[in-house]
Amino acid sequence: MTTTLPLRTRVLSWRVRVRAVVVALIGVVLLGLLMALNMRIGDIQMSLADVISGAIDVNSPAHFVVMELRLPRALTGALVGAALALSGAIIQSIARNPLASPEILGVTTGASVTVVAGVVLTGTANGGTSGLLTSLGIPALALLGGLAGAAIVYGLAWRRGLDGYRLVLVGIGVSAVFTNIKFWLLTVGDVNDTGRAMVWISGSLNSRGWEHVVPTALALAVLVPLALLGTRSLDALRFGDDTVTALGVRVNPARALMILAAVLLAAVATAAAGPIAFVALASPQIALRLARSAHPPLLCSAIIGAVLTTAADLIARTAFSPIELPVGIVTAVLGAPYLIHLIWRSRK
Amino acid sequence: MSATAVAPRLHGIRHRRLTTLLALLAVVLVAIVLSVTIGSKPVPLGDAWHALTAPTGTENDLVIRSLRVPRTVLGVLAGIALGVAGALMQGHTRNPLADPGLLGVTQGAAFAMVSSIILLGVSNLLAYIWFGLAGALVASVAVFALGMVGGRGGPTPVTLALAGTAVSALLAALTSAVVLLDEQAMDVFRFWQAGSISGRNGDVVWQVTPFILVGLVLAMMNAPGLNALSLGEDVARSLGQNIMLTRTIGVAAVTLLSGAAVAACGSLAFIGLIVPHLARPLSGADHRWLLPYSGLIGAGLLLIADVIGRVVAPPGELEVGVVLALMGAPFFVALVRRRKPVRL
Repeated sequence: MTTTLPLRTRVLSWRVRVRAVVVALIGVVLLGLLMALNMRIGDIQMSLADVISGAIDVNSPAHFVVMELRLPRALTGALVGAALALSGAIIQSIARNPLASPEILGVTTGASVTVVAGVVLTGTANGGTSGLLTSLGIPALALLGGLAGAAIVYGLAWRRGLDGYRLVLVGIGVSAVFTNIKFWLLTVGDVNDTGRAMVWISGSLNSRGWEHVVPTALALAVLVPLALLGTRSLDALRFGDDTVTALGVRVNPARALMILAAVLLAAVATAAAGPIAFVALASPQIALRLARSAHPPLLCSAIIGAVLTTAADLIARTAFSPIELPVGIVTAVLGAPYLIHLIWRSRK
Repeated sequence: MSATAVAPRLHGIRHRRLTTLLALLAVVLVAIVLSVTIGSKPVPLGDAWHALTAPTGTENDLVIRSLRVPRTVLGVLAGIALGVAGALMQGHTRNPLADPGLLGVTQGAAFAMVSSIILLGVSNLLAYIWFGLAGALVASVAVFALGMVGGRGGPTPVTLALAGTAVSALLAALTSAVVLLDEQAMDVFRFWQAGSISGRNGDVVWQVTPFILVGLVLAMMNAPGLNALSLGEDVARSLGQNIMLTRTIGVAAVTLLSGAAVAACGSLAFIGLIVPHLARPLSGADHRWLLPYSGLIGAGLLLIADVIGRVVAPPGELEVGVVLALMGAPFFVALVRRRKPVRL
């Protein structure tokens, strides 16, 4: 099924792939259902009517639970999942490699190093005030680390233009340095601080509020349209630099812009919820297989990322209640078998 | 070019390759000498020789025979194993991002080890290693089976790589869940994760040696087939290659080599990732030369990193995995920047 519908206006023409649209629509419906469930289930079980009346009526007892606890957390999860997946789809397209993810650009690994350093070095072993750091400093620290990591990778990979292959190789080198510094920092600190750092590294949505939703939503509002506009040059970039140049696409500006979008998406998402494992890598691959397209479809990837993260958070919150698992553990436990199933099913 | 001109040129290439091989061998020998003599207690070369040939039970003899020699031997074995496994893995998946852990070996070993701690209360290194090895083997077989049913008529590079990443992610998540629940497991895991060859005695070395030797034999058997495969599966098939058999031998070799190395030394997969990129400019694409070069570079790099880790932060030591990344990665990045990378 590779039906495409041409969509033409006077200035723009677009090819709409029917199957991708269907996948996206099903994804949106699924996301809505999961969000509704996420509002209802928890320590206090609520009916959908309770949720809605709680959201509207400021004086009802449910208002705080819905508007201050569950809704911001669920929105953070969905937005972060979408941002990570979109970032992964862009990077996989540019690197032309299904194993590429924001890790390759130094974003998540850079953020991990700065946060682990912050937690361990100001931790209980060193008599620091870790409570304050947790609430205020960690997102800023993560954002800083992520952007710095990406800047280092990009700067080192730039050499009279940017080669996708060289970017990937430089990225794994730089990421390895960050990862191993992180491993070392984890051995230095007190084992309790290591545990707290591990929760963040795994990606967690525990006690996320509106202060996490707003920046992520703003970033997505700017970056998603930018990424979708870049889809065409991304499509062209897949053919290799020489062909693309011959086709008349200015390779470096187009690619630089898309990489910048991918970096910002991943950095903002990581700042809000930590490097949630596997969403960025798996969602584009799942989307590609569901939509039966040749390369990661951007919008589908983002929707699937949001669905995956929301479903994972629902399980992380409720499955072992009162213990809350880091959401990143569940995304991998959910996403990996599903990806494996898709690989298995695609055999002919 | 006429036939008479080709022969001397081929001869010249082989000559250059042999010279390079000998040079790399010399580097490894120097690294071995450094590894035996340098440490928190420096031992003069004469004393080291004395300890190896005619030990009389002096303090230096003890240090050399019970600490430095097992550590050095393990370093050489693990370095060779991971270097060769990395080159094989990148060859089979045709992916520069492939490391020997891609088949789930590292995460399989980690999950089996932390599980053995919380479920069975295992607490000595020798037993961890058996569990790690078993976990590595099981994970790798699972990935290969998945890659096999996913590909068309055999595991293709993409399905193998994706299946490996998926299984690794799953096992890594389970490992995190276990160590978050159990502080003792966390404490063991964080040091294993950093990667180290210190504190392993002779028994550990004997435990992993057979696996690595068998793995090396399989790897060298695999080289000609892998050369044919790198021309593309169709060409390889028309050259009379049994693709399924070649892939299976390759995966078996990677599993044995990296499983043994990772179980004994922790997650050092990064060395397997960079070494083939260092070896490829010297060897070219021919796996018969790329594999031995990668092995020797791996051993040299691992030992030198270990020696640096011993002296850089006295009185303590820095884990070899950390030194490797700090030392190897900038070198690797510089290399990637300087020349056009040799593509797979």
